[in-house]
Amino acid sequence: MMMQTEMNAYYPDYSTAPIQRQINPYADNGGSVVAIAGNDFVVVGADTRLSSGFSIYTRNQNKLFPMSDTTVLGCAGCWCDTLTLTRILKSRMQMYQQEHNKQMSTTACAQMLSTMLYYKRFFPYYISNILVGLDNEGKGCVYSYDPIGHCEKATYRAGGSAGALLQPLLDNQIGQKNLVKPSSEDLSQEKALAILKDVFIAAAERDIYTGDSVLINIITKDGTKVETFELRKD
Amino acid sequence: MSILAYNGGAMVAMKGENCVAIAADRRFGIQAQTVATNFEKVFEMGPHLFVGLPGLATDTQTVMEKLRFRKNLYELKENRRISPKVFAAMISNMLYEKRFGPFFVEPVVAGLMPGTFEPYICNMDLIGCINQPTDFVVGGTASAQLYGMCEALWEPNLGPDDLFETISQALMNAFDRDAISGWGATVYIIEKDKVTVKNLKTRMD
Repeated sequence: MMMQTEMNAYYPDYSTAPIQRQINPYADNGGSVVAIAGNDFVVVGADTRLSSGFSIYTRNQNKLFPMSDTTVLGCAGCWCDTLTLTRILKSRMQMYQQEHNKQMSTTACAQMLSTMLYYKRFFPYYISNILVGLDNEGKGCVYSYDPIGHCEKATYRAGGSAGALLQPLLDNQIGQKNLVKPSSEDLSQEKALAILKDVFIAAAERDIYTGDSVLINIITKDGTKVETFELRKD
Repeated sequence: MSILAYNGGAMVAMKGENCVAIAADRRFGIQAQTVATNFEKVFEMGPHLFVGLPGLATDTQTVMEKLRFRKNLYELKENRRISPKVFAAMISNMLYEKRFGPFFVEPVVAGLMPGTFEPYICNMDLIGCINQPTDFVVGGTASAQLYGMCEALWEPNLGPDDLFETISQALMNAFDRDAISGWGATVYIIEKDKVTVKNLKTRMD
């Protein structure tokens, strides 16, 4: 072996490079959001568990944020990003209201959310967003987003930590996928609510980040109704 | 990406009333590219005994042959058929022998116990840790989706026909949400005096 020359000698105590440390700016606080739209309503549910790793911060955290009389945003993921994003969104909603003397429509809010998320393309808000509401014709609609603002309009969507467990169930029960005889009936509010509760029971069984209870918002032309539903707490 | 997700695949087994079912997709791919749509992952190891080996396709076949060899030696030595429970212990033992250089498969065993015809299912991780629940087991790259489906659809004491419907719906809807599983499926319904094999036509994208 060659002797180490003076040129590349290693003296750790006399290093001149600055010591670099990194922090992780993100946390995964779990949570799941499910939204189902019908012809004249939309229901959205989010579990109320806020957690980090194997510990639970609270069993009673609302993750649904009303944006207007007919629009609600459901958030799951990094809770600090959720707080920041919803705060800015709400102020943008208020500025729009004061400037135009009317509330922002659900569709406009959906577009604004996409723009706001993409604005932070290289330091994203680490959130699964699902925006629901009634469109200008009073029809229920669901918009789902990835963390950097890709937006997709749907009639049903599951997001958050149990998104993978819940989405195929919604495909089957609401999208009528893989059925020999799909029913042609319109989805009723009662059935949507029943399916929403069922899928959360299934998720709470297997996903440790989903549980405690579900907070449900039912949005119709008459306003928003809030309901809670208990899940397993272990 | 994990070696376990190199080829893709979905697997599920369920208990019913005096019957069990095991089902798997038929895709063989290399990462995102589908190579074949007739790949078997479930193997008959006895008259009431099936094993599914989702994971790395080369290990699926190697482990299947090694298991068949060990099972044949057992049956020759003991002069009787192997029971699902013993077979599961045999797999577990074989996988643990390779604790620090494992086969990349997550086996699922489904069968009826000899004599009593009591349903038996179990699955294990790639180093042979056995899980023996009373309801259903899942494996492969669509396991999260399968957990969601099974947790909602499965109920106790399903007859063979209802069990077929339940396991098929659970599998199809689960792998439709997984990019590297699907492209057809095979379902085995195991009863006391017959085994029914059905190939499902599914969406091929």
